[in-house]
Amino acid sequence: MYTADTAAHHDHAHGAPRGIMRWLTSTNHKDIGTLYLWFSLFMFFFAGALAMLIRAELFQPGLQLFQPAVFNQLTTMHGLIMIFGAIMPSLVGFANWQVPLMIGASDMAFPRLNNWSFWLLPAAGLLLIATFFVPGGAIAGGWTMYPPLYIQGGVAYDMSILAIHILGISSIMGAINIIVTILNLRAPGMTLMKMPLFVWTWLITAFLLVAVMPVLACAITMLLTDRHFGTHFFDAAGGGDAVMFQHLFWFFGHPEVYIMILPAFGIVSTIIPTFARKPLFGYVSMVYAVASIAFLSFIVWAHHMFTTGMPVGGQLFFMYTTMLIAIPTGVKVFNWVATLWRGSITFETPMLFALAFVFLFTIGGFSGLVLSLVPVDIQLQDTYYVVAHFHYVLFSGSAMAIMGGIYYWLPKWTGHMYDETLGKIHFWLTAIAFNITFFPMHFLGLAGMPRRIPDYALQFADFNMISSLGGFLLGASQLLFLYTVIKCVRGGAPAGNKPWDGADTLEWTQTSPPPYHSFVTPPQIKLVRGRSHANAR
Amino acid sequence: MQTHAEHDVYYVPPPSIWPLVGSVALLVLASGFVMLLHKIAAGPYVMALGIGILLVMLFGWFSTVIRESLAGKYSDQVDTSFRWGMVWFIFSEVLFFAGFFGALFYARILAVPWLADAQMLWPGFTAAWPTAGPGVKTVLTPVDAWGLPALNTLILLSSGATVTWAHWGLQKGRQFQLKLGLALTIILGALFISLQIHEYGEAAFTIRDGIYGATFYMLTGFHGFHVMLGAAMLTVIFLRALAGHFTPGRHFAFEAVAWYWHFVDVIWLMLFVFVYWL
Amino acid sequence: MSNRSCQRIGQIPGAIQAIPILIVWFVSARAHAEYGLNLHAPATNLAQKIYDLHTAILWICLAIFIVVFIPMCIALLRHRKSKGHRPARFHDNLTLEIAWTIVPVLILLAMAGTATRLVVAMKDTDEADLTIKVTGHQWKWEYEYLGDDIRFISTSSTPKEQIDGAQAKGENYLLEVDRPLVVPAGQKVRLVLTSADVIHTWWVPAFGLKQDAVPGFIRDSWFKADKPGTFRGQCAELCGVGHGFMPVVVEVVTVEQFDAWKQAQKALVAAAAASAGKTYTLAELKALGEKVYKTNCIACHQATGLGIPGAFPALIGSKIVSGDKSGHIDMVLNGKPGTAMAAFGKQLSDVEIAAVVTYERNSWSNKMSDVAQPADIAARRK
Ligand code: HEA
Ligand code: HEA
Ligand code: HEC
Ligand code: CUA
Ligand SMILES: [Cu+2]
Repeated sequence: MYTADTAAHHDHAHGAPRGIMRWLTSTNHKDIGTLYLWFSLFMFFFAGALAMLIRAELFQPGLQLFQPAVFNQLTTMHGLIMIFGAIMPSLVGFANWQVPLMIGASDMAFPRLNNWSFWLLPAAGLLLIATFFVPGGAIAGGWTMYPPLYIQGGVAYDMSILAIHILGISSIMGAINIIVTILNLRAPGMTLMKMPLFVWTWLITAFLLVAVMPVLACAITMLLTDRHFGTHFFDAAGGGDAVMFQHLFWFFGHPEVYIMILPAFGIVSTIIPTFARKPLFGYVSMVYAVASIAFLSFIVWAHHMFTTGMPVGGQLFFMYTTMLIAIPTGVKVFNWVATLWRGSITFETPMLFALAFVFLFTIGGFSGLVLSLVPVDIQLQDTYYVVAHFHYVLFSGSAMAIMGGIYYWLPKWTGHMYDETLGKIHFWLTAIAFNITFFPMHFLGLAGMPRRIPDYALQFADFNMISSLGGFLLGASQLLFLYTVIKCVRGGAPAGNKPWDGADTLEWTQTSPPPYHSFVTPPQIKLVRGRSHANAR
Repeated sequence: MQTHAEHDVYYVPPPSIWPLVGSVALLVLASGFVMLLHKIAAGPYVMALGIGILLVMLFGWFSTVIRESLAGKYSDQVDTSFRWGMVWFIFSEVLFFAGFFGALFYARILAVPWLADAQMLWPGFTAAWPTAGPGVKTVLTPVDAWGLPALNTLILLSSGATVTWAHWGLQKGRQFQLKLGLALTIILGALFISLQIHEYGEAAFTIRDGIYGATFYMLTGFHGFHVMLGAAMLTVIFLRALAGHFTPGRHFAFEAVAWYWHFVDVIWLMLFVFVYWL
Repeated sequence: MSNRSCQRIGQIPGAIQAIPILIVWFVSARAHAEYGLNLHAPATNLAQKIYDLHTAILWICLAIFIVVFIPMCIALLRHRKSKGHRPARFHDNLTLEIAWTIVPVLILLAMAGTATRLVVAMKDTDEADLTIKVTGHQWKWEYEYLGDDIRFISTSSTPKEQIDGAQAKGENYLLEVDRPLVVPAGQKVRLVLTSADVIHTWWVPAFGLKQDAVPGFIRDSWFKADKPGTFRGQCAELCGVGHGFMPVVVEVVTVEQFDAWKQAQKALVAAAAASAGKTYTLAELKALGEKVYKTNCIACHQATGLGIPGAFPALIGSKIVSGDKSGHIDMVLNGKPGTAMAAFGKQLSDVEIAAVVTYERNSWSNKMSDVAQPADIAARRK
């Protein structure tokens, strides 16, 4: 990817090593970012393939392809791998590539540690995927791993616990690295309130990671000791409580969903101003909104547990706090709209993804709001309505923002333009197929179809069939994505330093692809409030 | 605000094999542990291999860091990075313990009273603490807080003082005070651990005895593990102090370990209050 | 399908996306008993209120959606570069920002008020006319009418052949049970729920009642059905292999019918007690045992008796099954703590356990040709 003409900055001790060792031993944020992105793409396809199998089984009522035991494994592993294998690593990949470039740093604060954070992922991934091949098959208790069901399982359950421990170590170290990079390595002149919004969202996301991953580690450690060492944390006979696990899990789990959406907000907040050719509206309120979302995320966790039978005071508290999140999130949506207003808009592929994000994420946010109302949630908890909700926020939210971000920065990363026509086709196929797949799930949920079932009553048949057809189309469209990305990596029209005339963050002052060591000496920055105009002329 | 001139080039280390070795180590270790849990004969050996690789990695990695440090590659800015890094690492550790304390409070304040209310299922069960739970038939005699635990509190608190004393020595360039302080700290740490092991041996209940046993051993066990880690790190620092690695101006490694040690101290105080005493 | 469900589509945000769905829906020739786009038709006052709350929220969300996206669409249509629109430079407007923070707060307050009253009403389980203890088992429900000596287990009655596609699927496919819960109309029924193994969730949509059954704890909830009828639901919490096959069926009857039903149940109990001392033949036990096996054991140990390697052991050639009879009986009576194998002694009668043990010992390639009698079981119960 790095050609000879990028060697301008060779005043530094070492350039890019050649061959496989370049990737195995890298201390370069760009290389590591690339590794993260490829890894997550692979995992996305793996977990997506599992989703295809799920949709194939659910195509018709009755058991056709998989026995229930296997079906539950597919569901569980699909969710787990999508979250821990696809979305999170790809966002860290973005952070690796973009954070140093956007703040004018030479690299991440701890380049070696950075490499370890990455290489732990394949180790954990291996452990996780290997569970499909052990006696008893992979874990089948849902990605939420609720005991006592989780206590009943076989070898795979222990392997998964340890895999998640390793993922947790990776996330915590990765997050510390990002925080320190942002706090300590900004170019002179770049005050906190002048950082690009993407950097802000990652700063706060990294904080969330450091705060909640240890709690997950603690919860699954208790699972392990309950399984093997005779503890009774989740067993009433010994004075424990299975619901306690849910509290611990969701104390991690809810911030976790914002870990997956905040950087996506950051990506969208970068793309929209670029293609509206207008500064981001309400930068300061955007920063405060992200911070408030992060703060609130710590005190809403039990909205996943409204049917566990908690006391009425608990239900009300968690309902109110959850509803509050609509306020800062609304501020963000309004700001995006106001950014578009009276801009000079063009519709390149990244922009299409960002616009679809605003539109579809809001639908997902609204279904979240519907779920936050305890009485309604009682009807909808553990139904396909929830599945619809979280695919709207996760697929058309996180995943589509990621895709948009990839199109947006591919020219910078590779030095080539991607194929705009293919990109647009990919976008429209994805957006349409996505809605065909997941919109009917709202109806299924309302009508009473529980989630995590391999077979369903007859009145759910038609919507499931539609949803499966949509799902297959959605899967096939992603093959086009893969093709477009590979095509762009291998060649294409030269991108130039700054292919997007509306872009104004620091990375566009660098060559495309940027030199192996960018910003070896920090750039001087002259800034307008809220806009990081680079002044590296 | 730093000006351009103050910013020297931030040190970016050359490619390194150690992270990869570390990943392999953890993979091997985890696989071995799973085997052990499922009584596969190779388990302990695979685990030992994993630990071996991990130790090699730690040794290799830290030697590199020490070499770089001595070579003066770490500018003030790098030093600040290390400080931030350590702070956030300790923050994550705090939350790890918070999770277990959360479990303790939840069980004690909520779950056990609820179980006592569910007379339909557990006739005759009352919400007393400590308890092994309604289905476990052991009479629990908790450890007396004002026996060994109080002594251990004293020991750990004094070790906090000795490490601070060593730090003063280091800052004032009194190398002997530094070494003596460190040695005392390590000895006190070791004493703490041996007393803790003794206490485990004497305790009239096990980790299997319901929620009290579970929270007790989990919290004190993880704390003890952290003390051991801290002591190991102190030992490395001690050896480095003997080798004369630290100067009054530049001794981040020492401070990091000292912070860690204080963190372990504070956790113990929480343990003493909520696990042993109240 | 009701008119109401047709209208509802209009209320769903992003109705445009529903167009392809609608086409397929109208083209599809199948007749549907209760084809749903919306929540079930409520059968209790509370469910009605939930229904109305949901409808109201949907309208509000739709309204906000329109208010937010009309400006966005205008911008997308008019403020394009291709139309020569030049970008404005503004990037702040305090009044606007305060307005769009305050207005949502007010909207949310209104929503929260209604919801709060409903939550409090749903939690009020006092002064019930009837209390029923519901225990979740992997994968069936046990009902116990507290104060009346009635206790039975309710299991899915959908035949395996229908699930595997060997037989046409019935109207209530997967939503039918052998013995429904029977309750009187117009009376406040309090449920106390718990579980014997993992977490299950008892759910009847028409009652607006969904409550987790947590092992070792008691949770309670209530409903008051207005009119007689049959209401169907499912277990809603993932509880293992049989989670999709754990329906809930409630038969709401008039108070008179309910009293008559209670009498009949008591007679059944008496008859069962009488048969407990009886001695059965191998053939009788095998026949009954096959039924018991199909409803209780098949999900794990499979119809073939081969189990699922690594998760559930095979019963063919099993040491326990081909060993001493008493060991086998103990395993079924007491289960094996810490594994999925439950203690069936609490769920099944002596006759049933005798039957299933005999069945397992004399089926597939197992040929023990010995018989376990109800008396043997009684003897091994502690
Ligand atoms: C990226 C991930 C993501 C995001 C961003 C969200 C966002 C939200 N979620 Fe979601 N959620 C998940 C991922 C996510 N969720 C997942 C994975 C699950 C299921 C887990 C499992 O069980 O497996 C879940 C489940 C879930 C539940 C539990 C459902 C159940 O199991 O019973 C609830 C209940 O309250 C909920 C609520 C919300 C709310 C209120 C928001 C809010 O943040 C949304 C806020 C946004 C808006 C409201 C739209 C924009 C706002 C405006 C335009 C302003 C004006 C609006 C008003 C005034 C109304 N979510
Ligand atoms: C970020 C997260 C994310 C993403 C992107 C997705 C993407 C998809 N999800 Fe996922 N899903 C979850 C997170 C996610 N999901 C979670 C957390 C759960 C809950 C798990 C649990 O209950 O524990 C869940 C559960 C879940 C269910 C419910 C299962 C159940 O309750 O039993 C379903 C059912 O339809 C589903 C479907 C899909 C589909 C069709 C896609 C599609 O968008 C996928 C599209 C992508 C591809 C298909 C990959 C690309 C293509 C190929 C691999 C080539 C081969 C394919 C063809 C040739 C067609 N998901
Ligand atoms: C939830 C799943 C499940 C159900 C339902 C179930 N079992 Fe089991 N059964 C198990 C598991 C798991 C074991 C293995 C326990 C162990 O680890 O020893 C087992 C073991 C057994 C064994 C001992 C076999 C051996 O060789 O170890 C017998 C006999 C048995 N079950 C009979 C039954 C009968 C009879 C029923 C129905 C009334 C039944 N089981 C229902 C899961 C189940
Ligand atoms: Cu019982 Cu699901
Ligand atoms: Cu949540």
